[in-house]
Amino acid sequence: MVLPTNLKHVATAAELTELINSESNVMVCCGRMGPMCIPVYGIMEELQDEYTHVAFRDMMFDSPEASAIRNLPECRSFMGLPFTVYFKDGKVAAASSSIQNRQQITTILDRSFGNA
Amino acid sequence: MEAKHYDSIIIGAGPAGLTAGIYLSRAKAKVLILDSGVAGGQMILTHEVANYPGFESISGYELSNNMRKQAKNFGCDIMSGISIETIDFESDKKSLSLSGGKRFTSDTIILATGGRSRNLGVAGEDNFKGRGISYCATCDGDFFTGRKIAVVGGGNSAMEEAVSLTKYATKVTLIHQFDHFQAFQHAQDEVKANPKIEVKLSSKITSFNGDEKLESVTVENLLTHENYEIALDGVFIFIGYEANTDFLQGRCIALNDGQEIITDANMQTNIPGVFAAGDAIAKRYRQITLAVAEGTIAALNAMEYINKHKSTVSQPVY
Ligand SMILES: Cc1cc2nc3c(=O)[nH]c(=O)nc-3n(C[C@H](O)[C@H](O)[C@H](O)COP(=O)(O)OP(=O)(O)OC[C@H]3O[C@@H](n4cnc5c(N)ncnc54)[C@H](O)[C@@H]3O)c2cc1C
Repeated sequence: MVLPTNLKHVATAAELTELINSESNVMVCCGRMGPMCIPVYGIMEELQDEYTHVAFRDMMFDSPEASAIRNLPECRSFMGLPFTVYFKDGKVAAASSSIQNRQQITTILDRSFGNA
Repeated sequence: MEAKHYDSIIIGAGPAGLTAGIYLSRAKAKVLILDSGVAGGQMILTHEVANYPGFESISGYELSNNMRKQAKNFGCDIMSGISIETIDFESDKKSLSLSGGKRFTSDTIILATGGRSRNLGVAGEDNFKGRGISYCATCDGDFFTGRKIAVVGGGNSAMEEAVSLTKYATKVTLIHQFDHFQAFQHAQDEVKANPKIEVKLSSKITSFNGDEKLESVTVENLLTHENYEIALDGVFIFIGYEANTDFLQGRCIALNDGQEIITDANMQTNIPGVFAAGDAIAKRYRQITLAVAEGTIAALNAMEYINKHKSTVSQPVY
């Protein structure tokens, strides 16, 4: 089960593990096709050309496999879609809940992974 | 840094701005579309659009992608995620600069900045977004299953969402600053008939409180000025929409009391060569079809303005 976006998708927990172990900088936006999530996918799509050192992916929130994101301790207090998690060398570097604008996202990207 | 010149600069890449871009660039005008967010505007947020003629049902995401592609294929330059720093629209040659220093000039400007849902502007609101505060019941309602929440607002959206959220929450407190609701009577009747909803009129939230997530709100009774706390897990805010015209306030463009751009039937503002279209203008109905229609009118009139000022651009293609 994957989202109908223009991003690359993560479909399973195993795929997520493989991704964060093979790529140093990974941003995963776990959501639905709703008004809080879609702008984040759009911003990620546009940032791909600029942040070539980051792997941008989305994941379907309602898939049972997304428990790999939903159950992260960093997402414990989250009550708004999407759950966006930034992984540096396989570990969670930052996480955010609900819609974020471009500046909020680039601030986290720069802080977690270094400037584009 | 030298300014790059365009026949038209469109501010806002929602359906109004993208349509204007399609018409102008198809007529071989040089067009720049600037957007502070992502192309598609509010349309991209819409799960399903079922009232755009020609498509029985299409996701707002797909419709936005199609319009953006169409504008790009006709030759529009599109820059998203920008922030406009200075504007000068009064001169014959319009100019603006972006944060970061890029400068552009143009013969015409089309303002298509649309609208957004209003924030409460209360202490703690930003901190608890996604940790108890939400602006979308269908997105986040299920996180509040078996919990206590509040809904802020007194219009149709607030009342309809308060009722729909009772599917999840054990109790919904509806907080509204006035002593009466603005919603349709049938929506008010549904609220009154719902035993899970408690109504607090003439009241406003003065702060959101909590540690890692929202735990309570402080509410002021606007009649007695008494302050008290309500323990809850979530607050949904539905207090209407406002035009994205902050960057125009106190400038030359005429706005009405609601800060919406005033235009004539040709989508011309009070400044020659500056046009406006879509949800940012003063009007009654806000729909994609209207934004598209007004974007068309603005583009055709902008084209006529350009042609009067310069003879090198071909006539519009209808
Ligand atoms: C949840 C939801 C569902 C909807 N469903 C429907 C529906 O089913 N059918 C329908 O017809 N209509 C629907 N609408 C209404 C419709 O989306 C709007 O009427 C339409 O998008 C307005 O188009 P616009 O181009 O005027 O503005 P917008 O779509 O608001 O686009 C404006 C653009 O301008 C940008 N912008 C704002 N300020 C600036 C600035 N200072 N500088 C640069 N760029 C800026 C924004 O980022 C945005 O991309 C819905 C709206 C919402 C919120």
